[in-house]
Amino acid sequence: MLLGDSAKMPLRKEYLADLEKLKVDVQKMGELAKDSARNAIKALVQRDRVLAARIIKENVTIDDLEFDIENRCMKLIALQQPMAVDLRTIGTCMKIITDFDRISDLAGDIAEIVLLIADEPHVKPLIDIPRMSEISQGMLSDCLEAFSTGEIKMLEDFSDRDDEIDALFDQIRRELMTILIEKPRGFTNASHLNFVALHLERIGDHACNIASRIIYMVTGKRRKLE
Amino acid sequence: MSKIEVCGLNVYYENGTVHALKEVNLEIETNKITALIGPSGCGKTTFLRALNRMNEVNDVMTKGKVFLDGKDIYNGGEDVIQLRKKVGMVFQQPNPFPMSIYDNVAYGPRIHGTRNKKLDSVVEESLKKAALWDEVHDRLEKNALKFSGGQQQRLCIARALAVNPEVILFDEPCSALDPISTARVEDLLRALKKDYTIVIVTHNMQQAARVSDFTAFFLLGEMIECGRTTQIFEKPKDKRTEDYVTGRFG
Repeated sequence: MLLGDSAKMPLRKEYLADLEKLKVDVQKMGELAKDSARNAIKALVQRDRVLAARIIKENVTIDDLEFDIENRCMKLIALQQPMAVDLRTIGTCMKIITDFDRISDLAGDIAEIVLLIADEPHVKPLIDIPRMSEISQGMLSDCLEAFSTGEIKMLEDFSDRDDEIDALFDQIRRELMTILIEKPRGFTNASHLNFVALHLERIGDHACNIASRIIYMVTGKRRKLE
Repeated sequence: MSKIEVCGLNVYYENGTVHALKEVNLEIETNKITALIGPSGCGKTTFLRALNRMNEVNDVMTKGKVFLDGKDIYNGGEDVIQLRKKVGMVFQQPNPFPMSIYDNVAYGPRIHGTRNKKLDSVVEESLKKAALWDEVHDRLEKNALKFSGGQQQRLCIARALAVNPEVILFDEPCSALDPISTARVEDLLRALKKDYTIVIVTHNMQQAARVSDFTAFFLLGEMIECGRTTQIFEKPKDKRTEDYVTGRFG
């Protein structure tokens, strides 16, 4: 009888609220990192110095958020001894915030490149770089949705999407190589664009890492996506 | 390999009006630690007591089979004294007898006929196995009740070991102990499992996670889920187990 009553009572209200708030802030950090990455490519395409400067500035907010979330994860582990899905959630938060931080750092690096090359037109029309960005943005959106809803179906084809990004990266590299041979004066711009493509390729890898952690969070099973 | 196999175990209290254990099936692996967890009143202690027939009092009825090394302890004509020699028990509150350390440990072996020099070596060996020898070897004649709670509990473990059991049942052995004594008993459990099969009831889930190889979750008299401890605490299969281990109810 005693058990019947206690089983119905919600327990650990503060802990559950802290856990929920943690998830909300990880989501927020993910949105910020994703926006930075999207805006970095927008700034590159439009050669927009103001936007690039803003991305670099916003990196600090994302860094602060990462420290704050990590501290709260450590506190929850130390004080609440989470188990099962709670432990997997906290472990996942601790891992994916590093990926989000790296994504925002890479967006910051792209923004730095924009500041360096914004005065001159690009050596080629930017088609594949925005395409790489679009695919990685889709992956990050799906990660954030899966993280918040626990629905992981949309993460199934991440390896294929990452392959698509890798193929575009190879294509861009080959194209820039040809341009360098034909127009050596475009070396600076071409070299920077090569780095941008490399950074986007890395963002795709981070999206795969995040997806793999979210699958673990939801199912308890580890699956590598690459 | 299983040391104990429980099949369709039902236990009723109060002349059959309270159904405390319902069709429990569970295998206890040899030389492993199996933890029984669950909220108060779920039947885990009743289950533990059924493993050495400690529920055999007037208003308790037990149905089902409990095989120890393949022999049914309820229907196989097993002598209960011999059974409890094979399946020892350590309780929640340290309960040393009001006599010396030596006599506490020697009590069981004396009943079973061990004498003189052999008795000395049994006492020493049991106290060593219980990680208590270094602390008490020069005070064996002192009254056991003068020692700390943690030492008394390890003495009770030594007393259980002295009759050379095969299985040891622990009913919340650390609930009355401070964290240091608890850590000592937990270390001891891990050391003992190479020689004994251990079943432990605990309310402390971190303790179950730390010491056990297998964990069984009980709720309202049913055994809901049993599996490797890492699986139960990382990815339980049953929603009720998950709710319990995450503290959603308790």
